Amino acid sequence: MHDLINYITSYFGSNLTPGAAGNFFWATVYILLVFVGLSIAVIAMNWLERKILAHMQVRLGPMRVGPHGLLQPIADAIKLLLKEDIIPAEADQLVFWIAPFIVVLAAFTVFVVVPFGPTSAITDMNIGILFMLGVSSLSVLGIVTAGWASNSHYPLIGALRSSAQMVSYEVAMGLAVVSAILMTSLHGLGFYGVAASGDTGTLSMIEIVNAQMEQQTWFIFKFFPLGLIAFTIFAIAMVAETNRAPFDLPEAESELTAGFHTEYSGFRWSLFFLAEYSAMIAVSSIAVTLWLGGWLRPFPNALAGRTWDVIFSFFPGLTFLALGAITFYNVARMPRHPLFRIQTMGLAGFGAVLGLIGVVLLIPEISSHVQNVFWFSAKVAAFMYLYIWYRGTFPRYRFDQLMKVGWKVLLPTGLVLLILTAGVGMRDEIWDLLQRVTHS
Amino acid sequence: MTDPRTLSPLDLDTPDKTYLDANELVINMGPQHPATHGVLRVILRLDGEKVLGLECVIGYLHRGVEKIAENRTYTMFNPYVDRMDYVAAVSNGLGYCEAVEKLLSVEAPPRAQYIRVILTELNRIASHQLWLGTHALDIGAITPLFYTFRDREEILKIFEKYCGARLTTHAFRIGGLQYEAYDGFEKDVRNFVKFVRPKIDEYEELLTTNRIWLERTKGVGVISGKDCIALGVTGPVLRASGVKWDLRKAQPYANYKNFDFEIPVGLNGDTYDRYIVRMQEFRQSLRIIEQAVEGIPEGPIMAKVPKVMKPPVGEIYHSIEAPKGELGYFIVSDGSTQPYRVRVRPPSFVNLQALDLMCRNQLVADVIAVIGTLDIVLGEVDR
Repeated sequence: MHDLINYITSYFGSNLTPGAAGNFFWATVYILLVFVGLSIAVIAMNWLERKILAHMQVRLGPMRVGPHGLLQPIADAIKLLLKEDIIPAEADQLVFWIAPFIVVLAAFTVFVVVPFGPTSAITDMNIGILFMLGVSSLSVLGIVTAGWASNSHYPLIGALRSSAQMVSYEVAMGLAVVSAILMTSLHGLGFYGVAASGDTGTLSMIEIVNAQMEQQTWFIFKFFPLGLIAFTIFAIAMVAETNRAPFDLPEAESELTAGFHTEYSGFRWSLFFLAEYSAMIAVSSIAVTLWLGGWLRPFPNALAGRTWDVIFSFFPGLTFLALGAITFYNVARMPRHPLFRIQTMGLAGFGAVLGLIGVVLLIPEISSHVQNVFWFSAKVAAFMYLYIWYRGTFPRYRFDQLMKVGWKVLLPTGLVLLILTAGVGMRDEIWDLLQRVTHS
Repeated sequence: MTDPRTLSPLDLDTPDKTYLDANELVINMGPQHPATHGVLRVILRLDGEKVLGLECVIGYLHRGVEKIAENRTYTMFNPYVDRMDYVAAVSNGLGYCEAVEKLLSVEAPPRAQYIRVILTELNRIASHQLWLGTHALDIGAITPLFYTFRDREEILKIFEKYCGARLTTHAFRIGGLQYEAYDGFEKDVRNFVKFVRPKIDEYEELLTTNRIWLERTKGVGVISGKDCIALGVTGPVLRASGVKWDLRKAQPYANYKNFDFEIPVGLNGDTYDRYIVRMQEFRQSLRIIEQAVEGIPEGPIMAKVPKVMKPPVGEIYHSIEAPKGELGYFIVSDGSTQPYRVRVRPPSFVNLQALDLMCRNQLVADVIAVIGTLDIVLGEVDR
């Protein structure tokens, strides 16, 4: 017992992630935290997507289950879990059974290396970003097997589309990522306001963010506009990678009914759903880590100093207070009718919880601990909003056009970008070389 | 362009090779499918994603409307025509009433004509709005659907105020109108015109210059004017192929010759041109409504029509420009109170024949776009 407590407490004060420190207890705790947090995020995302999309489309969205439909995702989850588990008679039973698990496994495993803060990650690998790209592309295996095992035309076409799409967009995505990785090691010149950093680059997610901190710039602004272009390529490719609108061909509702998961229902379908949303969060965290400074608060270089630190430390609490205030505004707008009493009370309770969290987060000791996680989540949430916005705005690409964008636009741009990034980063050396050649 | 008459019929029963090692695949789209606008069944023969040919199977919504007509009096059959193209019920009613009026040699009084034109043009806008919403939805833009339905609601409200029904209105009677325009009808219509003009710009803002929309519709489902005429295709599809043929101008019925409007014509006959033509038709319809509502004369709304209608022995074909194309009624009278035969020439049914020609060598996604752009209503195809 004493040993166990010693083992647990030995991690305190460590400046490593539990995985890197080799502490299995805290690693397990972190895994559970990430898993629970992710599940909550997916549930919240489900509700938010339906509400935001609804408001973009001049309708209300879910309004019946709970105040403003807040309990709708839970009701849906219960419905999906209680549904009959149907495996079509013609399907390949075993493969059909395994496919959703592959997808979910791939989607969740990538969170092992996602850095929510300098030490708030399950583990830190020196190949972190490669691990993320590699594991997240495994999900295509699950999709192909799902489509094939269904033994039906529409899922098959959906699966083939999906595999082609994910494979071709991974190339462009990879090039953009490489250009960001280059930036971790390259010196910049004063002209770009970039301070020199160490000579060696890194693939570790945490070190990538640290490099951005040391260089005093987010990589989206580095070597302007090269970082921005790389980020744009990644932002386009990641939408295609997660099969979301306007690249949602594999599950194009109007063409293939539901694409690769046409034959799935109930719990197994919900696994695909879960995987899709966690994959969205996963690729968004890659984008945030590589280009938007991960857990760093906005503008740490321009708005540096003690005062700004204090001002930005209020943000987490104020955000939750604002959410609470919005909730109470809606409480005030609820119909004054006995039928709505319970709903109104529930909404008020929800607002009170949000407000309470906000107040707690304003305490400096606590706020300093959640700062990093808050900024990381806020940036990811911005990406989630983008996803919803795309879906409400764009028509769907056709398959050949999608391939054209991937191979003929993004890939060449990515290649040129890579060369330019390397060239700009190495211009000191290149200049030296040129001078030596011309003067000798 | 191939002559549609020489197209070989599909051999759907024997795909060239077996399922696994072949690149030919026969799949069944519909009758239960989100994008076939009802219960259309399309059998597609695919090479990968390329369409080698397709065959439409129709009749899932067949209710025998034409047969029913033979067992109803002329007046009793009037509400049935609303159930054919149920999103443009007023136009169907107009065609039928005018056909019977022609058979009886009566003419609706001017006031009735004006109100008829207003309601029909409102219905054309409603029908086009429904087309736009579903077409965009099929191509993947989910938002325009809700915008168009929001604005279509205003038209349905006018219909409801006028005759109590929203969709299958039964607005007209043989010889004129049953109901006088309600108080404030003209104000409502004027307000609607003012309300909907900016909304149409709003739809266009979402789609007309949208890169993805352009890529999805330009050069998709191209059909030449010659092929259109050979297949009997009418309406906006024909006009988008460059043929300036609109029955409102070509064979003016009702009192369309009193109004000043233009016929929008396309150039390429692709899906984008059909979209543009229909968007222009919105504006032209609004122009007609504006002129009509200014000019409504006073007077009776019903011509002298016998209570028991016994048209003289003979036959008549009368066609109007419905939102989807030429809607014709061929009525044979044997002198009794019931028609001997009613044959409807539904625009959707004839236009649907062009689907195979338009979809060959295109991709699966284009089939959806083409079905949407043909603007078919299965109630009218199957009757």
